[in-house]
Amino acid sequence: MDSEFIVGIDLGTTNSALAYCDSAAALEGARIEVATIPQVVNPNEVADRTLLPSFLYIPGDMDFPKGSLSLPWDAEPKFVIGELARKRGAESPGRLVASAKSWLSHAGANRTAPILPWQAPEEISKLSPVEVSSQYLQYLRTIWDTHHVAGGKGHALAKQDVFLTVPASFDEEARELTRRAAEQAGLQRVTLLEEPQAAFYAWLESQGDSWRKRVKVGDLVLVCDVGGGTTDFSLITVSEENGDLALKRVAVGEHILLGGDNMDLALARLLQQKLEVEGRRIDPYQLQGLWHQCRSAKEYLFEHTKSQKQDVTLLGKGRKLVGGTIKTELLRQELNRILVEGFFPKVASGDMPARQRRIGFQELGLPYAADAAVTKHLARFLSQQVQNNPESANIRRGRGGLACPTHVLFNGGVMKADMLRERLVEVLNSWLTEEGFETLGPQNVLDAPDLEHAVARGAAYYGRARRGQGVRIRSGASRTYYIGIESAMPAVPGMEAPLKALCVVPFGMEEGTEAIMPDREFGLVVGEPAEFRFLSSTIRKQDRVGDLLENWGSEIEELSPLDVTLTLAGQQGTVLPVRLESRVTEIGTLELWCASRDGANRWKLELNIREKSGQ
Amino acid sequence: MIGFSTRLSFAFRCFFSLLFEGKIPQDIVRVLTTSNAEVEPVAARAAPQAQAQKVAGDKLMPESADRAVQMLALLQRDGRLVDFLQEDVSSYPDGQLGAAVRSIHISCRQALDRYMKLEPILSSEEDHPVTVPVGFDPAAIKLVGNVAGEPPIRGLLRHRGWRVAAVTLPSMPLGSGRAIVAPAEVEIP
Repeated sequence: MDSEFIVGIDLGTTNSALAYCDSAAALEGARIEVATIPQVVNPNEVADRTLLPSFLYIPGDMDFPKGSLSLPWDAEPKFVIGELARKRGAESPGRLVASAKSWLSHAGANRTAPILPWQAPEEISKLSPVEVSSQYLQYLRTIWDTHHVAGGKGHALAKQDVFLTVPASFDEEARELTRRAAEQAGLQRVTLLEEPQAAFYAWLESQGDSWRKRVKVGDLVLVCDVGGGTTDFSLITVSEENGDLALKRVAVGEHILLGGDNMDLALARLLQQKLEVEGRRIDPYQLQGLWHQCRSAKEYLFEHTKSQKQDVTLLGKGRKLVGGTIKTELLRQELNRILVEGFFPKVASGDMPARQRRIGFQELGLPYAADAAVTKHLARFLSQQVQNNPESANIRRGRGGLACPTHVLFNGGVMKADMLRERLVEVLNSWLTEEGFETLGPQNVLDAPDLEHAVARGAAYYGRARRGQGVRIRSGASRTYYIGIESAMPAVPGMEAPLKALCVVPFGMEEGTEAIMPDREFGLVVGEPAEFRFLSSTIRKQDRVGDLLENWGSEIEELSPLDVTLTLAGQQGTVLPVRLESRVTEIGTLELWCASRDGANRWKLELNIREKSGQ
Repeated sequence: MIGFSTRLSFAFRCFFSLLFEGKIPQDIVRVLTTSNAEVEPVAARAAPQAQAQKVAGDKLMPESADRAVQMLALLQRDGRLVDFLQEDVSSYPDGQLGAAVRSIHISCRQALDRYMKLEPILSSEEDHPVTVPVGFDPAAIKLVGNVAGEPPIRGLLRHRGWRVAAVTLPSMPLGSGRAIVAPAEVEIP
């Protein structure tokens, strides 16, 4: 049965949002509303916001006065979530969980074990990245239920169709963990959607039917999403199907931990250096203040393009307020040098980002991008994603083989700044000229309104589109997936048997389709757990179902193994020949099954996510 | 219980009186102490410091005074207003003072916008003629200069005045928190 509401949730790295529409009214093109999210913003103060900062603070007895955290639905919440968590975390970082989502996709960490806050004092009982994500969803669920159920309507969020967004760069593990977080939060009808697609849907929503006039067959849209913590690229082609325009997401980028927070911190570091040259000492607490002030100064300068500088004032601590005040200024020239030239430098399309991880960042636990140049990451994306793509016939390419977008859609807080958009388009244009194409003008930049809520709104729009109300982007698997098969070779001491990779899900395999590997059978023992090694690739897009690979260099990476235990009454211990089947479901999940030769019995393989060694 | 508008006006008068004169107006003290037998007149008349100590014990200040302290605490928390007023600024050069004030001004104003909706009492332009109607409220409109005759009276608007249109203060802290304008901060190394 269809749910009463269609709900889109943007579970962001730094901010989350929820949008919804009444599905009964969907037929008349109901408006998509952004939900207000009441949260504790200061002790004793609950206020409505439309964003929920994705921060969780674990309060101890010494943190807040008793009763000052109470929410209308919970007198003594166990965790502080939202704006106050972010503020308090700046004063007491050991108890703060930030960027939980980035941890979800960090294969080097044990993502189901309680590891957050990272480097927290021992007496704190930690949470796993999955639990933290689930807490955010539970918070949203409680607000929804308080609002809708208490209002006598009985539309619990658990019973609604929820469209939850994930970065396009999330692999099957990270998607599976996101699903588990939703499940733990009690959401029963969840479908995952890639964020850049959601951003594109938000643009479609804002255009109504006129989007068909903005793009034409053969166009290639680059979605460039630079948020607070991550950068994500996708390519969408426009083609023709039954006389109508059809959209297909044909490429997604890697997970790049680089965003607006890095930029603000870079500015704060610059001003810190300036002040230290003048003989001032800036302590870590003041650096926080400087960080915040730099963000405001940056936004001011981006908005007031004629101003050449903006003052940055740090008030003195304690009672020496005026006496201890430190004043400096952020010059436009510095903003240009650090942000525009530092993060969006003019580079050739062959300039690839540095791969090495920056030493100083390693202690922070997350694999932050080593190269801060967004444009270099884009160069890699455009040159790499198109190689061997089965969709390559539909992707516009230049003389040098670079994918050449005809349109750009910006998303994420960073891309609000005109200066940065212009720079990105400028760099892209220099590549297009080199590749022999016309440059992009203002009409080629697609603007999704309301960047902060675009992803949540787009997710709700997608939910509506799935019910036949609007155009859908076809996407399919964002990677190629393989089962590892150990070669039958004499064992050599100290050497693992060489691994072969059997392609089970090709890149782009569409939702609602199945694939069978008929030629290859595995003998599995009934009643005993069997384990399959599971691998994926973002680069190899040409492999077809059933292909068996031997040498792939660094193009394929290993994920957590898949487990299955065959159960069959009365057959304990017998070896049963099975073949593999794969399926991409309508809700965007990947399923692998073992099927008996006669097809009468099937067993599902489960992803067994656990810590990997050696990282 | 005293009506809300009276409490509001008391709260403001207490706030500014505490701020600039360090005491609560006597007439308010009288009204409050007769209407609220819990509070002893001695405690209410005492200096704010003594009151804070009293509060730290068991008894609460009257609600209106609590709200005044709360507003002050909000302006301090978001805009460092109390730190600023309590500092001896006479020795600092104007440049230094200016830099601090600019920052304090922005943040205090944001706090004010957040918790209190202010509007002018008269909306005409200042230094333009206005008519003071029959039955005007002398609390809202103050006549200066050659005050004579009967309304309606024509005059020049010298100051548009301010009135609080809405107050959206957060809920009150519990117990001793009500007397705290800013907590002491101790950094654990």
